[in-house]
Amino acid sequence: MKLPRARGPVSTAVFERMLQARDVLAGPLRVELASGDPIEDDDLQVTLWALYELHYRSFEDVDEGWEWAPELLAVREQLEAPFERALREEVRPQVAAVVGAPGDLADRLFALTDSFEGPSLAEHIQRHATREQVQEFLLHRSVYQLKEADPHTWVIPRLEPDIKARLVELQFDEYGGGRPARVHQALYARALIEAGLDASYGAYVDDVPAITLALSNATSLFGLHRRLRAAALGHLGAVEATSSIPCRRFAAGIRRTGFSDPVAVFFDEHVEADAVHEQLAVRGICAELVKASPDLEADVVFGASVCLAMDARFAGRLLDAWGNQEHVAAPGRHESVVSA
Amino acid sequence: MTAVAGGRRGHRDVEVTLCPGGPMLLRGAAHVVDEDGEQHAVVRPVVAVCRCDKSARAPWCDGTHKLL
Repeated sequence: MKLPRARGPVSTAVFERMLQARDVLAGPLRVELASGDPIEDDDLQVTLWALYELHYRSFEDVDEGWEWAPELLAVREQLEAPFERALREEVRPQVAAVVGAPGDLADRLFALTDSFEGPSLAEHIQRHATREQVQEFLLHRSVYQLKEADPHTWVIPRLEPDIKARLVELQFDEYGGGRPARVHQALYARALIEAGLDASYGAYVDDVPAITLALSNATSLFGLHRRLRAAALGHLGAVEATSSIPCRRFAAGIRRTGFSDPVAVFFDEHVEADAVHEQLAVRGICAELVKASPDLEADVVFGASVCLAMDARFAGRLLDAWGNQEHVAAPGRHESVVSA
Repeated sequence: MTAVAGGRRGHRDVEVTLCPGGPMLLRGAAHVVDEDGEQHAVVRPVVAVCRCDKSARAPWCDGTHKLL
């Protein structure tokens, strides 16, 4: 993967630095952030995505030595602060309603994921989406899905043994239970190829809007900061608890629009796997974590709410565009997309 | 329905967890035999067995209980 294209002054300055050989004497990097919503800020989100990516697969045109460069970490912190504030603001009502409310935390988290208001992308895909819209949906999801599970894996060494064992058990299934072909990331890559899309990691980063990058960046923010470990686990709980039923609808829509079975297999797998994982994540991980450390409850609920709120924003964005016969990321713009 | 312990590592304990309003989690099972005597292999570390009888992927849970 190569560094994505810059989308504004911040990414231009940061990417220019990243394309040079690591120079410990290069000195601080000063960037000026734009005002406005950080979640929808293309320049901020693509910069943050690239800075986080140094810790995952990195870029063939970037010196690996930049990963822990203080000046890049300083810029990252400068971008993360408004992003995290915006996320906290976005879900303030949900967090206030759930934290400290009566009842078992697991039941409250399931109630939150069941009742969160948002447009149903899954229902649209199941019943109405065109083949091009299904393809576009797969394209957006590729930004996160090709690193599915990785952001939550950062949390493992930060946990006490009992919760750690539960998280590893869940992640082992995400990573195919020892079978490389069953790694969820690999299943998604297979789905992309069968749908006529580019399965290479990060292939569509240049084609998607800020919100698609922000979905991925929120998980990296939680995963890479020990202080936000409970938010990462709350996020995991909400991902798993909003997966089985929507994935059944996605699979149905994929088959309805004439894509081959291997495209739907990723979603079939998640119907069954996530019916298990939601119990493991919500009851075995989130609720048990808070039982041991009650002060982490607010962060668990925060992380869960962020997952739901970002999914709702993303769904709204796609459905609005599709309602106007438009695309958010036009399939076909990218060379390797086969026209449907 | 019966769950049978064992598999590659021979006999071992099966841990059963009943989720309130949800499925039955099985850890350590080798396979699950359904009402018709059909054997379903366990292929993940933990499996969720349907308890609401409405799953489309029986004997496994598919989350349908949340819609009831």
